[in-house]
Amino acid sequence: MDYFAQQLINGLVLGSIYGLIAIGYTMVYGIVGMINFAHGDIFMIGGFIALITFLILVSFGLTAIPLILLVVLLVSMAITALYGWTVERIAYRPLRHSFRLAPMLSAIGMSFVLTNYSQVAQGARVKPVPPIITGGYTLHEGAGGFVVQLSNIQIIVVITTVVLLALFTWLVSSTRLGRDMRACEQDQTMASLLGVDVDRTISMTFVIGAALAAVAGMMYLLYYGLVDFFMGFVAGIKAFTAAVLGGIGSLPGAMLGGLLIGLIETLWSAYFSVEYKDVAAFSILIVVLIFLPTGLLGRPEVEKV
Amino acid sequence: MQTSRAPGVAFIFKKALISALVALVLFSLMIGVRTEAGSDGQLTYWTRFGDLAMMVATVFGGSIVVELLRQWWGPVGTVRVVPPQVTSALSLGARLVAPVLLIFTFLVPVIFYNERYILDLGILVLTYVMLGWGLNVVVGLAGLLDLGYVAFYAVGAYSYALLATNFGLSFWICLPLAGILAAFWGVLLGFPVLRLRGDYLAIVTLAFGEIIRLVLLNWQSVTGGPNGVTGIPRPTMFGIPLSPGDDGLAAMLRIEFSPTHRIVFLFYLILALALLTNWVTIRLRRLPIGRAWEALREDEVACRALGINTTTTKLTAFATGAMFGGLAGAFFATRQGFISPESFTFHESALVLAIVVLGGMGSQLGVALAALAMIGGFELFRGLDQYRMLVFGMAMVLLMIWRPRGLIGHRAPTVFLERNQAISSDLVKEGHG
Repeated sequence: MDYFAQQLINGLVLGSIYGLIAIGYTMVYGIVGMINFAHGDIFMIGGFIALITFLILVSFGLTAIPLILLVVLLVSMAITALYGWTVERIAYRPLRHSFRLAPMLSAIGMSFVLTNYSQVAQGARVKPVPPIITGGYTLHEGAGGFVVQLSNIQIIVVITTVVLLALFTWLVSSTRLGRDMRACEQDQTMASLLGVDVDRTISMTFVIGAALAAVAGMMYLLYYGLVDFFMGFVAGIKAFTAAVLGGIGSLPGAMLGGLLIGLIETLWSAYFSVEYKDVAAFSILIVVLIFLPTGLLGRPEVEKV
Repeated sequence: MQTSRAPGVAFIFKKALISALVALVLFSLMIGVRTEAGSDGQLTYWTRFGDLAMMVATVFGGSIVVELLRQWWGPVGTVRVVPPQVTSALSLGARLVAPVLLIFTFLVPVIFYNERYILDLGILVLTYVMLGWGLNVVVGLAGLLDLGYVAFYAVGAYSYALLATNFGLSFWICLPLAGILAAFWGVLLGFPVLRLRGDYLAIVTLAFGEIIRLVLLNWQSVTGGPNGVTGIPRPTMFGIPLSPGDDGLAAMLRIEFSPTHRIVFLFYLILALALLTNWVTIRLRRLPIGRAWEALREDEVACRALGINTTTTKLTAFATGAMFGGLAGAFFATRQGFISPESFTFHESALVLAIVVLGGMGSQLGVALAALAMIGGFELFRGLDQYRMLVFGMAMVLLMIWRPRGLIGHRAPTVFLERNQAISSDLVKEGHG
């Protein structure tokens, strides 16, 4: 039971990171209707920028950890958001009204560009950082000596995710930008006739998605203590799987899917085999889609003739 | 007139300045600072402001050039008046491309007999041509977006490799077996995705491709895991080995043995396989099943209303495409003599899909030209090594922006009233799954 509780905690933390990335996928899909393949790499870039900012701050002699973390968070969110904006501007905007496979391939191309850009710029080797946030709480000490632990970093990941989600839900439901986004999602032509700047709204969607991915990248760096240029691909695919599992286009669905994928992966590694954890996640995706073709919380697509 | 044409120097300058500023922020940390783990595992960093300045200057200059080009070229989408003579000459040229290319391909081993490198490259290009034509059945004709095509390639390759190394079966028995097994896996994938559309289909096929790769990677006892399968037998010419021994082909024909014989044989083998793929696809397009595929791509609901069984239509499309992928895989295994899961990553699927889309989806000639351009172009940058994928990705983005519809953006219909007319691809729906 203790073992299970520990795995549950680990799974929820991993799931929070996936959920943050998945929101970027689902938002872009909801508005533009394309799979943003480069989003996983945006997450990776976010991790790298967090790492570099952290190194610079430490070498300047800053020692206050909360201050460092705040600055790292803001810098990586800002720069990564600009990456998201640039990618949309270069690779997707010219193809907005093209047929649907064109932006997807352009996104795959962009993903290759970003992966290899960071490989060329920062080298192929894994970048480790010493644990920045240490310590934690012991929740329960079992009879067999097994200890259920909740580390500080896990608390921080979960709290950050919850705060960002609340902020984000508020943004979508009760600000001008959120209303514009929902309007563009329903009907771009009509929205533009009513005075919504569609280009700007779509750009903002990419910017917000990239900023959330940057947070996820930073959390990944803090939690696992390493980044490498290839981590975007696997994390991106898992997060996209999460978005589809939850029903693509649905924001709570993305978070739910992220948590589920995180849990499946952790529990599978804990009880069965580490090698096949990804196979388990993908298989469950396929099984869910057989019975619920639009994901867990997705709206069924009605086709008009 | 003057104001609408040229936005002036100030405008161009301002735009370039903004681009340079954006580039400065983007590259500031990623290029301006370089991190590396030292020998003690401690991360250190040093600055590279020279490189950063160079990159920003490049963006500034590049943005001016692009803006000038754009003004000179005029707005995108304008119809340029082309003299009718040029149009007819071009269409004559276009009709000649396919036969000329085919004849040239047949002659490649004769012309470049001593250039091992070119022969190897030719084999590689033809492998991708075959993969492209195979995937074209699924994506181009049936409109089912498949991001995991490499799975079937892997199934074919491992089928041959394992059957040959474990049971000693010959290539010519394994080749159809590999095709059948891959087709079987195609049907297996097809079943769960029957109800899915569009992007759900895309992610499931992607997941399927990853599952196959992960199983190959982790099922050590059968597949050898990351070490792969080694010592896969080389193909024989219907039982006659292409080896220097007494029973080899060279000894039989009483000519001097040369390792090039095997390369030439492989070249013609993959050419034959690719042409088989092409021939079958062209024939199938004129059969009811091929017409059903294209109808499915255009409108699934209408298809159902007309009494087309969409289940069997989709499954046959998956099975046919997978079969060709499997055949290509078996060929790949026998050519390499060694396979490992590393050859079957998502990157390969994306490459084949890019070839199909760039080729104009559904155009056989377009796919062949796209394969030649992509693989040939990829080889050109071999010397640049780590920049190669970077250039490849950029080329993919630029090509999509330049020709979203692919190189050959129209296709010839298989049925027509009175007059055969090429359909503009803007009228053709694709990838709606």
